[in-house]
Amino acid sequence: MVVKVISSAEAISEAVKLARPSVIPVYPITPQTKISEKLADYVADGELDSQYIRVESEHSAMSAAIGASGAGVRVFTATSSQGLAYMHEPVFAAAGMRLPIVMANANRALSAPINIWNDQQDSISERDSGWIQLFCETGQEAFDTVLQAYKIAENPEICVPVMVCVDGFILTHTVDPVELISQEEANEFLPPFTPVNAYLRTDDPMSLGTLADPGHYLEIRYDLEKAVNASKELIEEVGKEYGDKFGRYYGLIEEYKSEDAEIILIAMGSICGTIKDVIDEQREAGKKVGLIRIRSYRPFPKEALKEAVKDARLAVLDKDISFSVGGALFSDVRSSVNNESYGFVIGLGGRDITPDNIEEIIAKTENPTNDVEWIGLRE
Amino acid sequence: MKSIGAAVRDPGSTRRNKTGSWRTFKPVADKEKCIGCGLCYLYCPDGCISLEYDPDYDYCKGCGICAEECPVKAITMERE
Repeated sequence: MVVKVISSAEAISEAVKLARPSVIPVYPITPQTKISEKLADYVADGELDSQYIRVESEHSAMSAAIGASGAGVRVFTATSSQGLAYMHEPVFAAAGMRLPIVMANANRALSAPINIWNDQQDSISERDSGWIQLFCETGQEAFDTVLQAYKIAENPEICVPVMVCVDGFILTHTVDPVELISQEEANEFLPPFTPVNAYLRTDDPMSLGTLADPGHYLEIRYDLEKAVNASKELIEEVGKEYGDKFGRYYGLIEEYKSEDAEIILIAMGSICGTIKDVIDEQREAGKKVGLIRIRSYRPFPKEALKEAVKDARLAVLDKDISFSVGGALFSDVRSSVNNESYGFVIGLGGRDITPDNIEEIIAKTENPTNDVEWIGLRE
Repeated sequence: MKSIGAAVRDPGSTRRNKTGSWRTFKPVADKEKCIGCGLCYLYCPDGCISLEYDPDYDYCKGCGICAEECPVKAITMERE
């Protein structure tokens, strides 16, 4: 077993190397991360046999990913904030064309004002694209999730691209011990990709991503909805299979001391580490507080959430804002469960989220005054 | 129907896009009044009308030009 002290950006590159994609189209300029840099190293050093395409923009990166995936090979790309916004159009096309692309996104704020620090507005803004979105808490989870993402995306019954989301800076620029798996173990868990559905080939030519008139579009979108919904079961299955092999289990949600909790915090990504620490302290002080970490934001784990929240009061943390409504996660939680719930917008543009902020959120959930509150605003 | 990837395997699938579904009004001819001048056939922008005035309702979008051009007002536009 190999343990490396690396950032989540490097952890993702390690996982991608093990997944052996044939094509890696990236735009390796700001706002990129070390993910593309490390992959370029691997390819240049002959450690990874991939076609590394330096494209001229993120729009082109996703377009090239679509072309390559359409030709039936495994594809990886990575992006962040403005880059993801710039590829918005082909991001929708990739899902609509049911191409099993895996993309890592380092979650960072969107302009304006220009800001390169962490929040989750970028991927949240792509939530309706049809992509599966998995949010990671640690570098270890990012490593594990990339390998699982291919297995989910490439399932012939699913065929939906997966976005692996990691908090920019907090995870991508800090290091942690990450346990790696060997190439043999990776090959066994994730065999080479054999496309079984539509893909471009010379012996059976076809058109992909064609026009669909009003007589067909609705059904095709409905099929995508069914596939995204069906992926819930697969995400759990793949997480369990991975856990049985490597000892780290993942599912749609993670429940932390929420079993008997009177107040449950709901959040995504690296902030959950801080929340867990605060919960431990509050538990010691006799407060029944818990956490539900949403790992799969799309598909939204409605059923699992319903079961886990019981009749607790909910505090939903959002590192994003849907103006005049509150956070996007908050809206999703409210539309899924009937529990009394409050939304907290926090940490936009990389504003530090401290244990004090979390305690304030818990206190405000005990004695609520507003539906939605912004935490950490300066006077 | 199960669709994967909006893929089309056979050429010529444009014909499956039945533009007649766009129609709100349908041209109907009174063949007794028709003098067989062929103006409707000439003016139809979609080539949907035969010389005997048999519109192809699969592709006729109901633009009404045939009714407008008919010199003897043999064509009326009826709501679908």
